[in-house]
Amino acid sequence: MTNSRFDPRKWVAYILAPLDGPLMLIVLAILGFATVVMVSASPERLGTLGLNIAVAFAVMWVAASLPPQRMMSIALPIYILGVLLLVGVALFGDVSKGARRWLNIGVARIQPSELMKIAMPLMLAWYFQCREGMLRVRDFFVAAGLLLVPVGLIAKQPDLGTAVLVAAAGFYVLFFAGLAWRLILPFAVVGIVGIVTIVAMGDTICQPGVEWPGMREYQKHRVCTLLDPTSDPLGKGFHIIQSTIAIGSGGILGKGWGSGTQTHLDFLPERHTDFIFAVLTEEFGLVGALFLVVMYILLIFRGLFIAAGAPTLFSRLLAGALTLIFFTYAFVNMGMVSGILPVVGVPLPFVSYGGTALVTLCLGVGMLMSIQRHRRRVGT
Amino acid sequence: MSVMRTPEQELARFRGRLAVAGAVALVCFGLLAARFFYLQVLRYDYYSTRAEDNRISLVPIVPNRGLIMDRNGTVLARNYSAYTLEITPSRVADLEATIEALSTLVDIQPKDRKRLKKLMDESKSFESLPIRNRLSDEEVARFIAQRYRFPGVELKARLFRDYPMGSFGSHIIGYIGRINDRDLERIEENEDSANYRGTDHIGKAGLEKSYERELHGLTGFEEVEVDSGGRAVRALRRTPATPGNNLVLTIDLKLQEVVEKAFGNRRGALVAIEPGSGGVLALVSLPTFDPNLFVDGIAPQDWDELNTSPDHPMVNRALNGAYPPGSTFKPFMALAALMSGKRTPGQAISDPGFFDFGGHHFRDDKAGGHGTVDMYKSIVQSCDTYYYRLANDMGIDLIASTMGVFGFGSRTGIDIEGESSGVLPSPEWKKRRFKKPEQQKWFGGETISIGIGQGYNAYTMLQLAHATATVAAGGVMFKPHLVKYIESAKDSSRRMIEPQPIKTIPIKPEHLETIRRGMIGVNREGTGARAFAGAPYVSAGKTGTAQVYSLKGAKYSAKIAERLRDHALFIAFAPADKPTIALAVLVENGGFGAQSAAPIARQVLDYYLLGKLPAGVAPEDPGAEGSAEESTGD
Repeated sequence: MTNSRFDPRKWVAYILAPLDGPLMLIVLAILGFATVVMVSASPERLGTLGLNIAVAFAVMWVAASLPPQRMMSIALPIYILGVLLLVGVALFGDVSKGARRWLNIGVARIQPSELMKIAMPLMLAWYFQCREGMLRVRDFFVAAGLLLVPVGLIAKQPDLGTAVLVAAAGFYVLFFAGLAWRLILPFAVVGIVGIVTIVAMGDTICQPGVEWPGMREYQKHRVCTLLDPTSDPLGKGFHIIQSTIAIGSGGILGKGWGSGTQTHLDFLPERHTDFIFAVLTEEFGLVGALFLVVMYILLIFRGLFIAAGAPTLFSRLLAGALTLIFFTYAFVNMGMVSGILPVVGVPLPFVSYGGTALVTLCLGVGMLMSIQRHRRRVGT
Repeated sequence: MSVMRTPEQELARFRGRLAVAGAVALVCFGLLAARFFYLQVLRYDYYSTRAEDNRISLVPIVPNRGLIMDRNGTVLARNYSAYTLEITPSRVADLEATIEALSTLVDIQPKDRKRLKKLMDESKSFESLPIRNRLSDEEVARFIAQRYRFPGVELKARLFRDYPMGSFGSHIIGYIGRINDRDLERIEENEDSANYRGTDHIGKAGLEKSYERELHGLTGFEEVEVDSGGRAVRALRRTPATPGNNLVLTIDLKLQEVVEKAFGNRRGALVAIEPGSGGVLALVSLPTFDPNLFVDGIAPQDWDELNTSPDHPMVNRALNGAYPPGSTFKPFMALAALMSGKRTPGQAISDPGFFDFGGHHFRDDKAGGHGTVDMYKSIVQSCDTYYYRLANDMGIDLIASTMGVFGFGSRTGIDIEGESSGVLPSPEWKKRRFKKPEQQKWFGGETISIGIGQGYNAYTMLQLAHATATVAAGGVMFKPHLVKYIESAKDSSRRMIEPQPIKTIPIKPEHLETIRRGMIGVNREGTGARAFAGAPYVSAGKTGTAQVYSLKGAKYSAKIAERLRDHALFIAFAPADKPTIALAVLVENGGFGAQSAAPIARQVLDYYLLGKLPAGVAPEDPGAEGSAEESTGD
């Protein structure tokens, strides 16, 4: 490499080298759409959005440049740091909106639970990699233990949404590592039975005064308002009712860019963050919603394809888990906004406004890109 | 078991699980797509309607209430725009402190505070309630400058109801007041809720109540796009309100004034009716009250004053006060006798000064009696003995059925509420009225005093005027009404209230003529002659005195408390050959009818027929010997 003269083509090649073309195109398509929606939902945030995207792309580029072995080497330290920060939050955290989620580290307030979304699959993938070839059933219990400590700390904050996501991230690693079906199915059955019970008995158990074991009042409300949003049209049910109206009134082609009445007359809550999907569907209709869904499906299948071709157990597990995290984000968010899942604070990946989430997601994408890029260099 | 596998097996299983994950993801996204399809395609109409409902709010435009005017166009009820200071109690943290702070800016009297308390008890805490009405420009300016200090306190420009004539005619016009729970129920029953959105006042009494439908008008609506906080973003469409219709009354306010002046500070009632139409020319009940006090919730102090006053100013004596008619009953008794064939005009009795019934003497007012008395003389001189005997000859059942024909004992159906039906005594009535069997029996002696308008007889002045007007109109009975026509505020078109003949009583002209002659005689040579001396028109009248307290033969003296003195009554119609006005007047505790009631009637007729305004109140003439009758029927 001669440093005599600046060669733009070399620079472009250097920049593009670590990036995966299909993933990049998909993410750019989603982000482009998100920007269009944001112009309508909250134009004053476009500047920060641009900044967030720049930072997130830088992080993605760095992650994509790191070889998987390097990621492996930092898995344990990051995990330990994450858990320590969570303990720090539990002890010294700032309380905001009834939950202790933030840690003030002088320069900024950080949310360590966000870090855990990546640190968790990283840690577990590393653990299984270490145990490769000598895997016992008890390893799954160790892994479950590694999973439950931070999940418990996050759930205690309380931040049910993030706890569920982190738990899911860890579970995906266990699942891909070969967790026996006979251990998965009972939980699945219990879960399904539980949901059916709650739906069937919603009228009784949602009565005021009935306490749900292990749940806070607001968590109970979220479930109950999902079952019957009209029971509390001006309070807890308001968000779901209004976002459902926004989606339904969008119709097939939508009301048009910038013409969403629900959006612009302030009926939609959190319209630039968790409920931005309602803005998108109100203005772009079923067509816009399906476009996004298709983009997510492409993203997920690209991720699963990368996982399938990954050379090591670590990279396979990491790629598989990261991909399913994207899926979980997308499904939970769209499910909640359209009224089939309870309202939990999960952003719509690459669309919801929010720097931390965007950086975390792009970090995950970067890791996927790295795994894809290094698939041939390390022979199986 | 062992989880040990070969790397190939591991990879195969991993890829198998990737496939499962991919399948699950597809299914889940399929579920979402189905949900979107359901919401956006199948339920699109529903949700787009919901979104529209969200977006569009209907803001009511309250119509201007119709005016009330007398027959000459004098305005009796109108609207004016003024500022009112309103408090929403639920939005104020410390009500006392807020009012205290407000009182440094605007004048707030203790009665304003009491009224607010009362309104708070009657309404919901999120309603905006007036603390002060009709702020001066200076007060408005002071409050606006300090407005930021008072969240939950608002300055509102509103239309107020105003009764410029004050207490004149307040018993007719009534008043409006804030809508309370009972009014709300009635509004809902009438399915009028939509039309009352935004309206906070409603007619509570008098014409304001009975013509509420006409006066209120149609509420208009403005379609406004609102945000989730309910703030209007822009107006979309506007349907203007249709103002309420104006009422033009049959009442002549000048006449009303003449009457009220003539009464001075005496209590009583007068009803004057146009015989050919039933239009009420004057309806006076004294004392009266200022309806303006009621418009925005009466202060408890004023309310107590009105209610505890021994003069009962809130009682509409003309409609709701039932009094024995005394001798004003006699012409109707005479007519009943002729119609039933119990008497002929010329048939005379010899009056010894009393009527003997089973050893009991029903005495005449004139010690030696009136001598030979025929029907004419019985009316002119108001001879009790004639009617004692007549009542006895007719019997109570015949009296009740014949007098009932003239409307005695039943409501006239006038177009304001609160009318009493009075009492037309009969054995059936007594059975209904009393609980104990020994009280229910009708005694023959009770019939005797019925004949001179005493005993259980009790009628309203409206009934008496109504009956007089019916006789004056030759037996054609019209439904009395106060509204002449209803004027549309929009295009000034008029809807006349047509005279409604209820029935025509079959009276032979010669019988009618006998009564008319008798009543003309009263004002020419009888008990009303003094009051009508020198009148340039021929009038027909009859005096009456209704006993409040039995003197048991004692003479009137100053010792008898004013409130135990007899009520004075007078009925009249004029001109006698072609009557244009018929009236009944009562002066409570006024003594003889000829003395205090007849001069009022004279002034009314003078004004109405000649346009002559009385110069002050006409002096009473104590020399006129009235028809002081008494009964011992109890």
